[in-house]
Amino acid sequence: MKSLESIVERCTELAFDLNFTHAKEWKAEEEGRVLVGYMPVYIPREIIHAVNGLAVGIMGAGDRKQIIKGDAYYQSYICHIPRGIIEMALDDNLNDFDGFIFPAICDVIRNLSGMFKVIQKGTFVKYLDLPQNFQSHIGGEFYHKEMEHILEYIEKINGARVTTEKLNHSIELFNHNRRLLEMIYDLRQKYPWRMTNVDLYHIVRAGQVIPVEEHNEILEAVHDHLQKDIGVKQDRIKVVVSGSFCEQPPVGLIKSIEMAGCYVVDDDFMIGSRWIQGDVDDASGNPLKALAEAYISRSPFSSSVYDVDNPKEGRLADLVKKRKADGVIFAAPSFCDPALLDSPILQKGCDDRKIRYIGIQYSENTGQFKVIKEQVGAFSDSIKLWEDEPVAV
Amino acid sequence: MIIQKEMIAGLFKDLASVKESGKKVVYTFIPGNLSELIRSFDMLPVYPEINALQSGMRKKSGEFIREAERHGHSEDVCTYVKCDVGMMIKGNIGPTGEKLPDPDLLLLSYTGCFTFMKWFETLERLYPGVPVALIQSPYQEDATITPEMTEYMVKQLKEEVIPKMEEVSGQKFDEEKLKGILKLSAEAEDWIVKIFDSTKHRPSPIDAYFAGVYYIGPINIGFRGTQEAVDYYKELYKEVQERIAKGLGPITPEGVMKEEKFRLVVEGPPNWTSFREFWKLFYDRGAVIVASSYTKVGGVYDYGFRHDSEHPLETLAEYCMNCYTNLNLPQRINLLEKCITEYHADGYLTNSIKSCNSFAAGQLMMMRELEERLEIPVGFIETDLVDPRYFSYSNIKNRLESFFEMLEQRLLIEQD
Repeated sequence: MKSLESIVERCTELAFDLNFTHAKEWKAEEEGRVLVGYMPVYIPREIIHAVNGLAVGIMGAGDRKQIIKGDAYYQSYICHIPRGIIEMALDDNLNDFDGFIFPAICDVIRNLSGMFKVIQKGTFVKYLDLPQNFQSHIGGEFYHKEMEHILEYIEKINGARVTTEKLNHSIELFNHNRRLLEMIYDLRQKYPWRMTNVDLYHIVRAGQVIPVEEHNEILEAVHDHLQKDIGVKQDRIKVVVSGSFCEQPPVGLIKSIEMAGCYVVDDDFMIGSRWIQGDVDDASGNPLKALAEAYISRSPFSSSVYDVDNPKEGRLADLVKKRKADGVIFAAPSFCDPALLDSPILQKGCDDRKIRYIGIQYSENTGQFKVIKEQVGAFSDSIKLWEDEPVAV
Repeated sequence: MIIQKEMIAGLFKDLASVKESGKKVVYTFIPGNLSELIRSFDMLPVYPEINALQSGMRKKSGEFIREAERHGHSEDVCTYVKCDVGMMIKGNIGPTGEKLPDPDLLLLSYTGCFTFMKWFETLERLYPGVPVALIQSPYQEDATITPEMTEYMVKQLKEEVIPKMEEVSGQKFDEEKLKGILKLSAEAEDWIVKIFDSTKHRPSPIDAYFAGVYYIGPINIGFRGTQEAVDYYKELYKEVQERIAKGLGPITPEGVMKEEKFRLVVEGPPNWTSFREFWKLFYDRGAVIVASSYTKVGGVYDYGFRHDSEHPLETLAEYCMNCYTNLNLPQRINLLEKCITEYHADGYLTNSIKSCNSFAAGQLMMMRELEERLEIPVGFIETDLVDPRYFSYSNIKNRLESFFEMLEQRLLIEQD
């Protein structure tokens, strides 16, 4: 078995390879393979896998690419992630991609799909209108058809016809992937000192750009390592980070949170990879329906999901309880309407339940973390020093 | 203008007296509004974004926004939401100075704006226990409305929206009544298209942006489907024809615009907090807006869509999906190109709104694309909807002056 260090090293390379070399090599290995780029937050990667495709997460350029053209496409008061993505599209980073999927998350990502249509990137550009109606025969059926559209696009490219067997096999692989991720998060909840959140972030992010079979092998190895008594326990508080579901925080920010005295025991950084809570039925005669059902009934709380029947503040509190966290760090990208409009709701929910929290804002290319570190440090100290006083900071 | 003001004042009066009339109140939004359906249940609509823009015009929005920010709302987010939330926290006093009634139903018909969804999540918490009906309008991502999209919306209407309206109003759904209302909608839509088409004349008899926002008032805020609206638009059309016959330009707050020097198409909503000053920057220089995307936010009728009373639910669905911000970017560009060409515009101006991503994201690419396709001078300014902190008069004036100079030069070259 490879060492944990070497696994992390490899995942770090993969996670931030903005040329997506591994995915392009995978495509080149065999005729008929297709690459489908997708934006945050969630798409059913299973269906791409079932038709000889690889769904590749385009999570932004972060702080790894100088933005020149992207800034000419976006006003200063629009979040940062689309600048990096359009920059990659206009450069050669996204060449060899066959299509792109933009799931419904916000107006910026939705309009970015139109921009990809204008610049004619890829053979197809699909805005995936995820349903906000959570009844199987209404929203579920609509979503079912949305998935069929994606399959039609891919079939036109490689002629691959989807079958029940292939879909069920893909579902099985992604179920395994989600189970492994959940097991790793559970282990880290108990023993967060065994692996940093930064390392976990790289491992999860790498899974967005490589075949699920390879990622499952990595996760199995990581899980084995984490069962060993490694690392040194430190005097830190446990926190849940919420609000970073789309534009990703710079790694320096995650590191700063940890260095300021926190163990991050849950987060929504790559929430799309853990979206479906529990397994999707992998023995169904209608796997698309099974995927639709899973989305309808087992999605997590998120700023991109309308929550009328399942208020998000209660679900965040449940997560804090499940992870035995001491508090919440609301980390939202600047100018992110969904995350920032949710903040007052979630923060009031924390106030009502006497859950301590702190709020910070970032941009994917933020380079200075001193203030954030001090702010988080004060939060961590306040909990450690005045543990019994349930006061929000 | 007088008739329009009376109609809107009447609506607010009706809202102020719901306790006496017993009418139920529906909070909903303009883009994709289901006015006809609401009216068929004899309920009254409240549009939070109209309250916000009215507060902006009455110089009250700054205070409301600060109040919302004191309650945890970020400086970065939609100022309509913050203005509305602040207004509610401060007692929900409407534009006419009377308290707006609480909602009996929250009807989230969100078309082309994801933030509407977040807005209603906030409203639900401000009005706990009030029933919520959600109807999702699929985005025209592939520049078309497919049968599945319509089917999805009709199902939502039948199984979500109508049952909740029946429950709240205590009335059964009456399809024949709705059909009658829809016939009047189509009639009003015919008239408004003719009115906005009048800008083909030189000089243009109307300003399709600054005055246009008044013209779209009745059709957007609950009067679509009424005889009142039909009569209003007939009267307005008559007035416009008279202006054309007399060769008159548009009316501005300072009288008739003397000389039409520049004809513009504007993309993006206007600024409301300094609306008059903003408008003056244009008419002082002889710039008239011959078409604007904002006046299509409550419905795009340019390609022939009219409410079809023979298919009442399907037509409501199609209307919702046809609103401007529910069009994909290539569709928006094509529509603007059509406006620039058909209304003989000299220039294209983007008013980018700081807190409205639904419009703003992609505007720079749209501008670039139109500049390339039509070789038309383009201009770009930035303001906000209702946050007075983001209206910088001198910056906007400087940018507009440069734009007008560029247009002047271009017109001189073309004359030569």
